[in-house]
This record gives sequence, structure tokens and C-alpha cells, in this order.
Amino acid sequence: MARHVVAPAAEFPPGTRRLIDVDGRAIAVFNIAGEYFAMLNRCPHNGGSLVEGVLTGLLQSPTPGEYEYSRQGEIIRCPWHGWEFDVRTGRSFCSAVRARARQFPVHIEDGQTLVEGPYRAETLPVSVEDSYVVVEA
Amino acid sequence: MSTEKLTGIADCDIHPTVRTMAELEPWLSRQWIEHFRTYGALRNTQYVSGAPYHKSQPNASRRDAYPPEGGPQGSSLAFLRTQLLDQHSIGFGILNPLVQAQGVRNLAHSAALCRALNHWQAETWVANEPRLRASIVVPYEDPEASAEEIRHWAGNAAFVQVLLLSRTSFPTGNKRYWPIFGAAVEAGLPVGIHAFGNSGWPVSNVGWPSFYLEEMVGHAQTSQSGLVSLVVEGVFERWPALKVVLIESGFTWAPSLMWRLDHAFRTLRSEVPHLKLLPSEYVRRNVWWTSQPLDEPENKRYLADMFNWLGWDKIMFSSDYPHWDFDDPARVIAFPASDEDRRKFFIGNARHVYGA
Amino acid sequence: MQIDCDIHPFVPNTAALFPYMPEHWREMSVVRGIDDLHSASYPDNTPLTARADWRPASGRPATTAETIARECLDPFGSSIAICNPLYGVQTLFSEDLAYAYVRALNDWTRAQFLDPEPRLRASIVVSLDNIEMAVAEIERCAPDQRSVQILLLVGTAHPLGRRQYWPIYEAAVKHSLPVALHAGTDFRNAPTALGWPSYYLEDYFANAQAFQYQLTSFFAEGVFNKFPTLKLVLLESGWTWVPPLVWRITKYWAGLRMEVPWTDRSPAEIVRDQVRFSLQPVDGPTDPDQIRRLIDHLGSDQLLLFSTDYPHAQFEGMEMFPAGFDESLRAIIRRDAPLATYTRLAGAAA
Repeated sequence: MARHVVAPAAEFPPGTRRLIDVDGRAIAVFNIAGEYFAMLNRCPHNGGSLVEGVLTGLLQSPTPGEYEYSRQGEIIRCPWHGWEFDVRTGRSFCSAVRARARQFPVHIEDGQTLVEGPYRAETLPVSVEDSYVVVEA
Repeated sequence: MSTEKLTGIADCDIHPTVRTMAELEPWLSRQWIEHFRTYGALRNTQYVSGAPYHKSQPNASRRDAYPPEGGPQGSSLAFLRTQLLDQHSIGFGILNPLVQAQGVRNLAHSAALCRALNHWQAETWVANEPRLRASIVVPYEDPEASAEEIRHWAGNAAFVQVLLLSRTSFPTGNKRYWPIFGAAVEAGLPVGIHAFGNSGWPVSNVGWPSFYLEEMVGHAQTSQSGLVSLVVEGVFERWPALKVVLIESGFTWAPSLMWRLDHAFRTLRSEVPHLKLLPSEYVRRNVWWTSQPLDEPENKRYLADMFNWLGWDKIMFSSDYPHWDFDDPARVIAFPASDEDRRKFFIGNARHVYGA
Repeated sequence: MQIDCDIHPFVPNTAALFPYMPEHWREMSVVRGIDDLHSASYPDNTPLTARADWRPASGRPATTAETIARECLDPFGSSIAICNPLYGVQTLFSEDLAYAYVRALNDWTRAQFLDPEPRLRASIVVSLDNIEMAVAEIERCAPDQRSVQILLLVGTAHPLGRRQYWPIYEAAVKHSLPVALHAGTDFRNAPTALGWPSYYLEDYFANAQAFQYQLTSFFAEGVFNKFPTLKLVLLESGWTWVPPLVWRITKYWAGLRMEVPWTDRSPAEIVRDQVRFSLQPVDGPTDPDQIRRLIDHLGSDQLLLFSTDYPHAQFEGMEMFPAGFDESLRAIIRRDAPLATYTRLAGAAA
């Protein structure tokens, strides 16, 4: 893993995003309210370009008709089929659970109706060093 | 698993669109231009513009498909060339424009819009891109006018099929629509029936669902009803040479449909003496499917079963570009398949049906 | 032990129900000539409505308990059979008239079939135009332990997953009664989403689409989330369409989760946990390998419930099972799956 400069932090303000290429791998980097997150740009479902997706909040529901909205702006929705990924962890909220081929533990969190799916967008560490946004890839 | 890279594949479902309806004006009379500006196009829907159920993404399209020069997704030939034809090695792409024209309630207006849309396809798209072909859109709720529209374009190599939408106001095989099938056969053209349209009935036979999710899933069932009608009304008996392509309807339901229809037919045969073959025999002889949206069973080999049960010669690749539920040709056959089968799926079947 | 989960007593005419309704409704029926409510879902003389060997020389089939015992229970060797009356009471537009006929039909079924024949059980029929009346009828009939489920037609005015219908599921769960959707329609909608077909063959076929739309509705609306113990039984639905539908719902759900954020289990899991299908009609292939593969696609061998669909014509002779169903699977279908679905039958398990 090597460290790659994305941009000067001053030029990468909150609410913006960039697509960089590291040795042929496309990496999407987001500034969400001052924090930086990076992930492999390719959606694990069918390869859609995640950087072109919409950042939304997380909509959950304990029972039909009730809505709980949180994590505003921290969920990236793939621009193709709309699969949702947590920008912080890469975990998907796709509940198309594969009983036999699970890659990650699937569980139902107490008090929520959220099931984390087996698909994961690969996240990469991002830091700010000497006023530069740096990703490890 | 094959690693043969196929080039020049056929994409049997591409959706070009206009930047604005003004793009059709070169082929519309002053009267229709004024009419549209004042009254719009009257449809069987509750909104002036847009679809009854709001989509998953704006314009029901991929967010990364906006052309760099502006305009909605699918409105730029140049960008379509790069993002679709070049990128996915497509040598033969069929345009199925879903621009409002078919199913417009003012039948004369519908006919005028269809004529304009057909000109638009031929002159702005096909004329400028040898890899593309067009579909004759027709005002299907006026079957005689539709037959006229088909005859108008018959013999024009730009067009490879007649296009209907799946949600017709009567079951699709109903006798009133027969002039369309007759004209298509006379012109030597297949009839493609693409999911959508607005029949004027609820989108399910149990009323109006709440969610877009239900509408999208429900297209499979609606296409099933249309197919059953084509078979049982005797459209395939009347026109043995007719080719029908069910576009964007799904296909994994087809084996079950054939089993069920054959079984019920055997019991109720006396009601339909005009049918000389088993329903499944008509389906196997006269019907093809496009692949998108491809189902995603937990076990991909179940999908292989469906291809085998329906037949590798019956299914043709389609991308549905630029819609959001787009299928990428590189990823679409994700189970072991022979080179021969993959070639049928990606090229051979389209050649047979459309003369690709 | 074998439990037949779908048989049909036939009402000969409305007069048969008169003894079970208040005087003024009886008189109104006579004065207005309400002679018959036989639904167009099963016209009398079509070959499907009555198998030839079950069709009497005159009149309707299966109009008495004795006939059912002689033609169905004894020959097929069923210890129990569940009566699903299909008389068109749900199609009446007037709420009060419908309620009178619904109650009469349920009482007629009990008196004419359950009382004389201990092997018979029944579904509680309700009409849907007035949900309070439907719930009242469920409450009225539920105390009789021989009522083992609530019967709805699959063809309804609105998708049955919608919240307006939830009081029925609440009542069902309260009494541990499955809710059944049976082929047939109340004709509040055209038989297909494309309008009215020309042939009865198409009308009958269209039940399959209705079942698919309804199952999708139950999933999307979160009925299974709200009522995790509810059991949904699809009767005379066919079941070979189930895997493709489940795959399609799953595919779209993955991208449209935020439209239905309460859904927490995949459609496949929900079907395995909460949905069952009667065996007839099989609507399947003749090749035993294909049938076995279809069971794989279904993902569970617990989904099918034995049924003859008597007196409808779905199979010849005694050929209820397709080739490819081995003995252990047949045993599950005949006995275990029905017992697991209908908790009120537990006492009868021998």
C-alpha cells in the first residue's frame, strides 16, 4: 500500500468529491462535513461508478409507516441500481442476503430493521497530512 | 467458463430520447405543434408529465449517463456512441424510443407524434450511426392508423421491428389489434412489445399498488397477460411467420407460463377450437425475449436452468441503456456457458430475428 | 395421514342459504329474484369447474357432505379436508347484502358439511368492501375450532398488502388463523391489467398474475414485518412461478430498499417462513428431474400443502403428484406441512 496525494485540503471542501486513478484503480474520495472517505469506485454489484452516485441519509423503519432518518449525507447510492453503501465502512444496506455465499456476518441490529448485506464497497484509509488529502491505496 | 471476448454484439433495447419535444417539430405540422404547446399529449395518466409511479432515479436513468453537452440521459448520439456502443463493443443496437407518442389518447395526435418520432429515429440517429437500427413506433390504440404507419416505412432498412408497449387498453392479442400484426408480417418485420405504457387500467389486475417497486416487478405479470392473449386469441395461429419479441419483461417466468397454459388448455380446449397447436408450441415457435432486467437468484446456476429450459436460442442480450436497471454485457452471463450459447445470446439470435 | 387443503362444497342456489339469514333478507332475495350468485370465475359447465366423474347428471357437484365423503375423502384417503366455498358472495356491491350472504354461507357450510362429517373443516369467508364487517365475521366464526383459516379471493379491488386490509390480518393473527388467497375474483377489477380477455381460459390463467401481484404487495407493504406470525396460504395458485417472482422482487428490492425501508427479510426468506401453496394445480413439467430442480429453486420442501382441488378438474384419476416427488417429500406435503400451517388441526393428528 502506498500513500497518494489527492489534492490540497483547501481545494477539497466539504460537500465535494473527486475521482482519482491509482495504478489503474479508480478511487472515489468524498469530503463529508469536513471528514474524508475513500472507496474503490466500482460498485460490487455490477461495477457502477460510485463517485457519480447520490449521497443520502439512511432511511430505516421499525414498522411500516414509521420512518427514521439518520446519517444524512453518509450513504452513497450507486448511480445504476441504487444500492446503498455506508461511506464510512463500505458496508451495503442491500438486503439481498445470499444464504450460502455470505462474505460478511449478517445480523439484525436490536431495535432496528436494518440488515447489513454481504456486499461491501472497499474503503480505503484517508488522512490529511500537511494540508494535503492523502489516500492509502 | 468461456473467455472468448465477443465484439460486435447485439443490444436489443436502447432508449434514445429527445432533448425536448421541440426536436420533433421538423416533422410535425404547425397545427400539431400548436396543439402540443397548448394541450400537451393527453395520456392515461394522472400527471401532465412524467410517469404514474416516480422512478428510482430521475428520468429512470443512470446518473452517470448525462451527456457532457447537457440534455437528459440518452439524448446525445455522440455520448451514446462512447458510453454504450464503443465501451461495450456493440455492433448492432436497436432503438426503442419511449418518448410520448404511443398510447396518446387523441389518436390523430398519437399518429402524428409517431410519424415524427420515426423520422427522428431514422434521420438523426440511424443515418448517422451504422451500428444503430430503429423501431417503427405506432399509435397502437388506432390499429388501422398503425398499419398505415407500418406500410409507410416498410422496406426502409433503418427499421428492424414494429414497436408496441405492453400495457395496451385491451389484451394485446385482441382482434382489434390484428391489423398491426398483419401489416408487420406483410412488411417482414418482427413486433417488439416493450414493458410500459398506460393501459387506463390499474397496473395490476388487483388494483393500484403503492410502490414503484411493485410496478417494476409487475411488468413481468403484465407481459404474461399480453403473451397469453396473443396465444389464446390465435394471433400466432393466424400468422405462423410472426415474430414477437418481449422486451424488458423478464423471461424466467416463461417456462412456468407454458406449463400452466398447456395444462389449462388441455382442460378447456373446447373453448378455443381455433388453436391447432399447444400454447407452448406457439410460444416456442413465435416468441423471443430480451434479457434485461436479468433476475438475480441466490444461486446463479438457477439462472442457467432457466436459459436451458427456455432455450439459448430464445433470449437476446439487451442493456436498456441508459436506464438505471441497466445490464452490463460483460457481467450478464455469470455462470458457466458454452461459447456457442454465448454467441447465440449476444449475436446469433438477433441475427435470426432481426437480420442483424 | 393426509390433509386435503383445498376442496369446494358447492352452493346449489341462494335458496339453500335462506335458512341461515334473517327473514327480511330472505324475503328481499325472493322478491328481487336473487336466485343465484354463482361466480363467473367458475362457470357451471366448463370442464374445469367439475371433473367429469364428479359432475352429477343434473345440478351442481359437491353439494352435500355425503357426496364429498364418497367422491373425495374416502377414495383419496384424506383424514381431513378443508372446505373453501367459492359462492360469489364477495361480489355483492351492497355491504349489508354482502354481509347477510357471507354469514349465511359460513353458517350453511358449518351446518351442512362440518356438523355431519367430522373429517371436514372450513375457511371463514368474508367480503372486503366493509372491513369492520369482515372482522366482525371473523370474530363470530373463530370460536368454532373447526374454522381453520380466513378465505379471501385473490382478485380484489386493491392489492391486499395495503394497510386498509390490516385489521383482517390482526384478527387472523389473534386467532392463529392463516389467511388464504384463493383463485377467483370479485371482479372489482378487470381480469387482467390489460382489461377483459375474450376467453375464459385467459380469465382462469390470469389468477396466476393476481397471485404474483398480491405476493409482491404483501412483501412491499411490510405485512410480514408487521405480522411476523401471519401465515399466508395461496390456494389453487400454481407454484412454479414462485422462484422467478422471488428473484425479480429481490433484484428490485436491493436498489429500492429506501422505498420500503421496513422490509428486513429477503423475499425468499419470507416465502420460506410465512407463505405456503396448495399442491394443485401443479402446472409443472412432466420430466421428474425438472420437477426436482424446481423444488431446489423453491429453496424449501415445506412450501407445498396437499390438495385435490375437488371437484375442479386438475388431474386425471389419482395422479395428484407429479413424477419426481419421492415418498418423503409426499409425506411432508400430505401431512407435515399442512399440520405446521394449520395449528387448529393439531388435535386431529393421529
